[in-house]
Amino acid sequence: MTAEPFFALWVYLAATPLAGLTLTLVMYVLAWWCYERTGKHPLANPVLITAVLIIMVLWLTRTSYQTYFAGAQFVHFLLGPAVVGLAVPLVREWPHVRRLAWPIAASLAVGSTVALVSAVGIGWLLGATPVTLASLAPKSVTAPVAMGIAENLGGLPALAAVFAVSTGILGAALGKYVLDALRISDWRARGFALGLAAHGIGTARSFQVNADAGAFAGLAFALHAMLAAILFPLAYWVLV
Amino acid sequence: MSPLLAGLTWLLVFQSAGEALVRLTGMPVPGPVVGMMLLFVALQVRKPLPAAISAAADGLAQHLSLLFVPAGVGVMLHLERVASEWVPIAAALIISTVLALAATAVTFQRLARRAEAAAATSRP
Repeated sequence: MTAEPFFALWVYLAATPLAGLTLTLVMYVLAWWCYERTGKHPLANPVLITAVLIIMVLWLTRTSYQTYFAGAQFVHFLLGPAVVGLAVPLVREWPHVRRLAWPIAASLAVGSTVALVSAVGIGWLLGATPVTLASLAPKSVTAPVAMGIAENLGGLPALAAVFAVSTGILGAALGKYVLDALRISDWRARGFALGLAAHGIGTARSFQVNADAGAFAGLAFALHAMLAAILFPLAYWVLV
Repeated sequence: MSPLLAGLTWLLVFQSAGEALVRLTGMPVPGPVVGMMLLFVALQVRKPLPAAISAAADGLAQHLSLLFVPAGVGVMLHLERVASEWVPIAAALIISTVLALAATAVTFQRLARRAEAAAATSRP
């Protein structure tokens, strides 16, 4: 077979949604295999490995993100029902959640404030531009909420999404080390911290490690999204 | 019908209800988060937990990581913008994430221990 028909086939396949979808799943299966082989090592985070592998393939084949997303959107779409489904572990844990109403409310308030103030403070100290600061402010909140908040504050929604996704991966990768160093043995506290600081990606990591941690991560993720959507623009306006 | 299909249908129905509510009220919260709250309320009323809904929700939660991959790949679009300010950005992201994790976990664990100790003594 000469190169010509092969090239034509490639051009055809690369342009269909099938390519982006298949690439996403194949790379994820590969990343998941690495994750399991390392005993679910936090630094072998499947979101990170899959995304890096896909970015390399897209870069090598000079494929645009738009072309890739035409296929990947089918996976992306399932985030909606997956977030709705986080109600299920919450219902299972509800008797515990009710008893812990005060610790939940207090750690939500403390964690959310620390995430906001430290991100903006460190960025400001190191000379980040105002647009970057406004995009950094909601970095611990799930990307769709973070984008809305950043826009309100005068930041760039796309940049806010990048910061939110990076924060999620960082939190999922570093969480174990921070929580072990502080001797946090309570799975509920570990999950809640990951869900608050690293939203959905931290929640995904929590579910992979422990069911209680997953349920509390989902709770923190949802509460933080709601709280931030309402309070962040207000707090930022007071601070800056 | 397969329980997985029935469960996924329910999740989509609640997501749609959430999206509709967001559109109608102009709330600054994403539709799925509101859908999650609606499903939570519905499941408090309808007990026990329907097997179909838990099958679909658990299936999606098991591989929640996969669903974040397309957004993660989107980072490639903005690498150039990030590159010029990479020091403050990297420092803010890493240090702030560590601080937020630490502050949340320490507060939660301390207060939860205290709350549970108080509950144990009041109900011997």
